[in-house]
Amino acid sequence: MATTVENLPSAEHERPIGFGRLKRKEDARFIRGQGRYLDDIRLPGMLHGAILRSPFAHARIVSIDTSRALAHPDVAAVMTAKDLETLGLAWMPTISYDTQAVLAGDKVRFQGQEVAFVIATNEYSARDALALIEVEYDPLPPVVNARRALDPDAPIIRDDKPGKTDNLATPTWEAGDEDATERVFADADVVATRDVMYQRVHPSPIETCGIIADFNPQTGQLDIYNGNQAPHVHRTAYAHVAGLAEHKIRIMCNDIGGGFGNKVPIYPGYVCAIVASLVLHKPVKWMEDRSENLISTGFARDYLMRGEIAATRDGKILAVRTNVLADHGAFNGTAAPVKYPAGFFGVFTGSYDLEAAYCHMTAVYTNKAPGGVAYACSFRITEAVYLVERMVDVLARELDMDPAELRLRNLIRPEQFPYTTKTGWVYDSGEYERALRLSMETAGYEDLRKEQAERRARGELMGIGLSFFTEAVGAGPRKDMDILGLGMADGCELTVHPTGKAVVRLSVQTQGQGHETTFAQIVAEELGIPPADIEVVHGDTDQTPFGLGTYGSRSTPVSGAAAAMVARKVRDKARIIASGMLEVSVADLEWEKGAFQVKGDPTRSVTIQDVAMRAYGAGDLPEGVEGGLQAEVCYNPENLTYPFGAYICVVDVDPGTGAVKVRKFVAIDDCGTRINEMIIEGQVHGGLTDGVGMALMEMIAFDEDGNCLSASLMDYLIPTALEVPDWQTGHTVTPSPHHPIGAKGIGESATVGSPPAVVNAIVDALAPFGIRHADMPLTPSRVWDAMQGHPLPPV
Amino acid sequence: MEISIRINGETVTRDVPPQTLLVHFIRDTPGLTGTHWGCDTSNCGACIVQIDGRAVKSCTQLAAMVEGHEVRTVEGLEVNGVLDPIQQGFHEQHALHCGFCTPGMMMASRSLLDENANPTDQEIRVAISGGICRCTGYKNIVAAVRWAAEYEAAQPSPTKQEV
Repeated sequence: MATTVENLPSAEHERPIGFGRLKRKEDARFIRGQGRYLDDIRLPGMLHGAILRSPFAHARIVSIDTSRALAHPDVAAVMTAKDLETLGLAWMPTISYDTQAVLAGDKVRFQGQEVAFVIATNEYSARDALALIEVEYDPLPPVVNARRALDPDAPIIRDDKPGKTDNLATPTWEAGDEDATERVFADADVVATRDVMYQRVHPSPIETCGIIADFNPQTGQLDIYNGNQAPHVHRTAYAHVAGLAEHKIRIMCNDIGGGFGNKVPIYPGYVCAIVASLVLHKPVKWMEDRSENLISTGFARDYLMRGEIAATRDGKILAVRTNVLADHGAFNGTAAPVKYPAGFFGVFTGSYDLEAAYCHMTAVYTNKAPGGVAYACSFRITEAVYLVERMVDVLARELDMDPAELRLRNLIRPEQFPYTTKTGWVYDSGEYERALRLSMETAGYEDLRKEQAERRARGELMGIGLSFFTEAVGAGPRKDMDILGLGMADGCELTVHPTGKAVVRLSVQTQGQGHETTFAQIVAEELGIPPADIEVVHGDTDQTPFGLGTYGSRSTPVSGAAAAMVARKVRDKARIIASGMLEVSVADLEWEKGAFQVKGDPTRSVTIQDVAMRAYGAGDLPEGVEGGLQAEVCYNPENLTYPFGAYICVVDVDPGTGAVKVRKFVAIDDCGTRINEMIIEGQVHGGLTDGVGMALMEMIAFDEDGNCLSASLMDYLIPTALEVPDWQTGHTVTPSPHHPIGAKGIGESATVGSPPAVVNAIVDALAPFGIRHADMPLTPSRVWDAMQGHPLPPV
Repeated sequence: MEISIRINGETVTRDVPPQTLLVHFIRDTPGLTGTHWGCDTSNCGACIVQIDGRAVKSCTQLAAMVEGHEVRTVEGLEVNGVLDPIQQGFHEQHALHCGFCTPGMMMASRSLLDENANPTDQEIRVAISGGICRCTGYKNIVAAVRWAAEYEAAQPSPTKQEV
């Protein structure tokens, strides 16, 4: 089997040294079906685990009888909370300093919670044996609604916590100046208020979550195969919990079939498989099925937000205020730097120059799956942007003003950057108006409005929706941000071999973002070595430096900076060696991509490859210079990066059915310096599809007993090629002033920015019905209800 | 029960439980893990293969039902070191990110072009709508299939492989 794509024709201009369109190196294995995903790995003697899950949302466990399962000829062991208690592992820490039951002992707190773990010689038998375990439950009243969780007489979900008398998941959190904001609101000409729900959704990567744990009792080495987004964080967490040294644990991610935040947390199944391998001294595999993925692993959103916006009569936005009720499920597994219990929701002031802002947030436990982590959420900026962009449209209607005009009047101006928001975020750079005007020009905004007027006159329901978003990505500065005490910095190591070929080792881990290509391009740009000669190593803790991983669009802002800095460090050393080779001072050398030249004499130069050979060669090196050509860095970002964008969505709503067709979508993104246009556009296309999915069809729903109604892809609807339009993308470039190459993150921009554009378009289409707001997902029936004057209230 | 299936031109015979799904039969064959599973409910399309030239979700078939039929998987697309134009198109047009849905998308696309050498964009979208891609937003998959169609149309002799 060939392992290259050398038989593919490729134009020379598509093979840049440095930035530009470059087809991906990693494609060679994927297009041949040679990717190595978790379920493709088979180890000799491997056992298979399966999890028995709770059918109830809330129930006391009276008894568990595993004897019949143990009698199954293929079953090696059955694990329950009692077994884990003897090891001190019945509960595990979450990434928000909460605790989560690995296996339920006292009671179950959501439908699908892990109750027992069966280990058998094959997967079919492991699953068959689940049916042989007898669990007696004493059902308790469930709390499924976040508002109900606040009732004084609501059942206490987390009675495992001594003295717990309420369902609050975190202390109340606030941002901004409450009094100043109240003063602005009291004096404002116009105030608009709406309850806005961002429903619970799920990342649902097409590859579900799983693990293989392989403990060797002779060497004390624990090998873990597990596609996750933060292998070094996982390793340190396992080291803490298992009492092993980090260097005795090796995590290998191999290829990952999508992440979207779903593969950030440590799940109970991982802990069970590791414990089973430690005890049984055999490799143990656990792989969830789709239903388990949807009902038990990291969901996203579930934010009920009361939005308020204040403005002058002529359209100057003065202040925004919000009160949020966040549903965290049964255990608080929110992924956020620990000082930010609401993630980065504080950027809900959006892209506007305001006088005041205030946010108040209450987070509760409910009898629903834990998480609150995921789905390209940028640490809750998805919710923040949706709220403010919805409220700006609500205000535009109140003022009878075009929503584009209202935004243009209020966007932060270029000369105001760096701009400190009323909640304390320092936006690094932006040219907002340029991006918004480009989106309007690309979409033909004026013509669209004319067409809409004509169609309306004929009784047709056409809508045009805008959104303008500012993202905050690249967490983050050590002084402010950490996950479980680990500072959010990333390492990078670069070795240039004697022949001038190079290996760069990353602490971040791709789940499809194309790191093997992009990071080769970053090093190529800095060192002049062709990307084809640069191998990118990632996802194996034994082969890579420590760092916090890939989520929250942080790979390029943090690890990308590390890659540029390590390449510059190597170049600095190469310059000294080159000065010796050319017998001139360092100051007399000029760097032309890939070679050092003597100033004023271009005939005297050495390439980076010449320098590499000399660095390892027999000749003398300048005084004080060690042999070899390699370096390492640990990059601590000075600030977040703030990508932004302007999106325009056009929809047609069928007046007879309420079905929404997204006809056109224009996305203008600004992620600063662009490393690989092709990959950036691909990231945007994917995020736009996520956004349309959430706006139109995706929701994890529950009935009043806490039964999950979205437990398969027949019920949890994800867009296919037929539900999305032919995306139109464009860009502006406003480099980040503090990032070494000026780049900002892009992975989540479109997921953050597109839902409000779609909803704004639908609400615009429904304007003839007097509708100001309708909650997602805007399925035909929900749109129909809205058209009848009965939009469903926030759940 | 013993089952024999021709996969990519080679006969694979194994003794398996009667309820074995075709997707598992294929994936348990050494070297053939390119066909993926993703949903258990025939919604995601990661398991699409060709059976007698037609795109089929291999999680909807018992292996026993395919006895005596010809199966072609992603590993059968490249012949004698030459990529199928579909594979080439996916690479040229950046039609894959994580690569997990890609084998199914490519097999569905191959079946489309086998039946319709010059599909419209809408016909391409219909043909791949049995699959879910969480990464690409589909635009580049449509472009990849179009690329392959145009590449094949420009070839002096047919590039289709007889399975």
